[in-house]
Amino acid sequence: MAVQNLQSVTAELSPEELDAAARRDAEGQANFDRVMADDSRIEPKDWMPAAYRKTLLRQISQHAHSEIIGMQPEANWISRAPSLKRKAILMAKVQDEAGHGLYLYSAAETLGQSRDEMMDALIAGKARYSSIFNYPARTWADMGAIGWMVDGAAICNQVPLCRASYGPYGRAMVRVCKEESFHQRQGFEILLELSHGTPEQKQMAQDAVNRWYAPALMMFGPPDDDSPNSKQSMAWNIKRFSNDELRNRFVGMMMEQVKVLELTLPDKDIRFNEETKKWEHGPLDWDEFHEVLAGRGPCNSQRLERRREAHDDGAWVREAAAAYAAKQQAKQSMKTKEYAA
Amino acid sequence: MSTPATNTEASETHGHGDISTGVAGGDSNASATRITPGNALRPEDIALEVRTGLAKPSGDVAEYALRLGDDALILAQRLGHWISRAPELEEDVALGNIALDQLGHARSFLTYAGGALGENGTPQSEDDLAYFRREHEFRSAHLFEQPNGDFAATIARQFVVSYYQFELYRRLTGSTDATLAAIAAKAVKEVDYHRDHSAQWVLRLAGGTDESRKRMIHGLKLMWPYVGELFEDDALVTRLAEAGAAVVPSSIREDFDRLTGEVFAEAELEVPDVPSAPGGGRQGKHSEHLGYILAEMQVLAREHPGANW
Repeated sequence: MAVQNLQSVTAELSPEELDAAARRDAEGQANFDRVMADDSRIEPKDWMPAAYRKTLLRQISQHAHSEIIGMQPEANWISRAPSLKRKAILMAKVQDEAGHGLYLYSAAETLGQSRDEMMDALIAGKARYSSIFNYPARTWADMGAIGWMVDGAAICNQVPLCRASYGPYGRAMVRVCKEESFHQRQGFEILLELSHGTPEQKQMAQDAVNRWYAPALMMFGPPDDDSPNSKQSMAWNIKRFSNDELRNRFVGMMMEQVKVLELTLPDKDIRFNEETKKWEHGPLDWDEFHEVLAGRGPCNSQRLERRREAHDDGAWVREAAAAYAAKQQAKQSMKTKEYAA
Repeated sequence: MSTPATNTEASETHGHGDISTGVAGGDSNASATRITPGNALRPEDIALEVRTGLAKPSGDVAEYALRLGDDALILAQRLGHWISRAPELEEDVALGNIALDQLGHARSFLTYAGGALGENGTPQSEDDLAYFRREHEFRSAHLFEQPNGDFAATIARQFVVSYYQFELYRRLTGSTDATLAAIAAKAVKEVDYHRDHSAQWVLRLAGGTDESRKRMIHGLKLMWPYVGELFEDDALVTRLAEAGAAVVPSSIREDFDRLTGEVFAEAELEVPDVPSAPGGGRQGKHSEHLGYILAEMQVLAREHPGANW
């Protein structure tokens, strides 16, 4: 489904048409500026700068891909979940993630790219998704740590996105955030049960928290002085808080909750800075972050391969569904014609 | 792609929206749990009633509930594998949903069965039954254990299961055992959707491309040897059915054949002409597949016996 570029086209136009196009662009820009100043919303049919469209398309599709790839580490434990109740909760959670992927792909489609095109880019390794999902889910406690920390970080990131200037994205995020908060709670509950269980269970929980802590903090993106796109995104009312601001807020949240869990965070340097009134954390290994981002993480190849395999194995099914739909439509129009005749 | 689920006679006449009169009532509208509008029957409610002795299955009813519970549990385990691997995202969601429904039914049936299976008055929990029984103690029929295969094989299995379970649960809502009736009343509404989903896919795959038609026919052929077992009667169900508690499997074959036949006719498919396998799941004689399913499902729970999760 190719959606027309809503930007005014400037090629092969008569002088009068060029004038009209320029006028539309100027009016569109003025409206866009007004919307930004009022902190109001841009909708799919509104004029928007090409760079705004491109930035959003990249961000929303990456977000959708993250949901889809993010299903894998947790799907890895569905078959082995240690109680039927946990199995049911985990299934529902991974299913929610597929749903989030669906809304987000739909939101991205309003910007002019089809889900198929986005999926192809993902499978070809041309599109990014959150690096966190390139880490393995080794034990059951990882289901707790992913829910509590990874979904927790996602919520910190995403709650402000509910106010993003692009309408379809903001609205999708409202629903996503509601479900994410359940996800975080179930993760916390898994860890709570483990940390109050047998010594082996408590050890399993601590080990998972240790492994997911730094990758979760790095989900907020590079430090502010190394985040070139942040400023523009903030000017466009897409991003509301800087990476470091959100990261610090998240650290504070975890510090409170980890006490209830009777576990520890693997960072001796966490402290509340009385002067800035902000939480601070120890140094993070940004080299590792860039390595994983560059494709050299523990599961990069496996995650993409699984997605590719599902996509390729399902090709005949999608073709069948399309062929069947076309045949049904043809039958329907035949009937209509017969009826008319 | 989705079509609205059709309202069924069962869900209209046996839906339970009222506050329960408790288990003593014994009619199909009475729920074993306190069901209020918008509050689905939860396995936890059944567990509470089992623990407090409000719901107490006989040994026969427990054995029967194990059969239904194990069928649903093993199928949920199979279907869960599709989540993150389905042909399109909508099917990750749909197959995940069906798996969740089946798991919910399994939890209810197993929890109830556990009420008669414990020692010294302590019921066995759903998890005791799911994770700590051995292979020969399971009561699932072979069809539920069959591998997912390709999407067509999964759809073929689901098609048979959904039409079978719908006819079964529809009748079981009239059980004299109020808990079985209540579980069935919730399940039948969900299974009705599974029926719709699988029938739609049978039509699509049979009428899609040459490739999909070939695969659909093959998938049905793979599953059909295990259809007969679903409709076999034995002393247990006969005894229970005489008391009005259970459904005689052979009594639902005719409706099953008629309704699946309608879909086959529309899809221009033949009922597969393949020999039946002898089955034996109800006596604990399983397919070669079950051992692997249980090994994977039970591994973590068995590493930590007695732990809470």
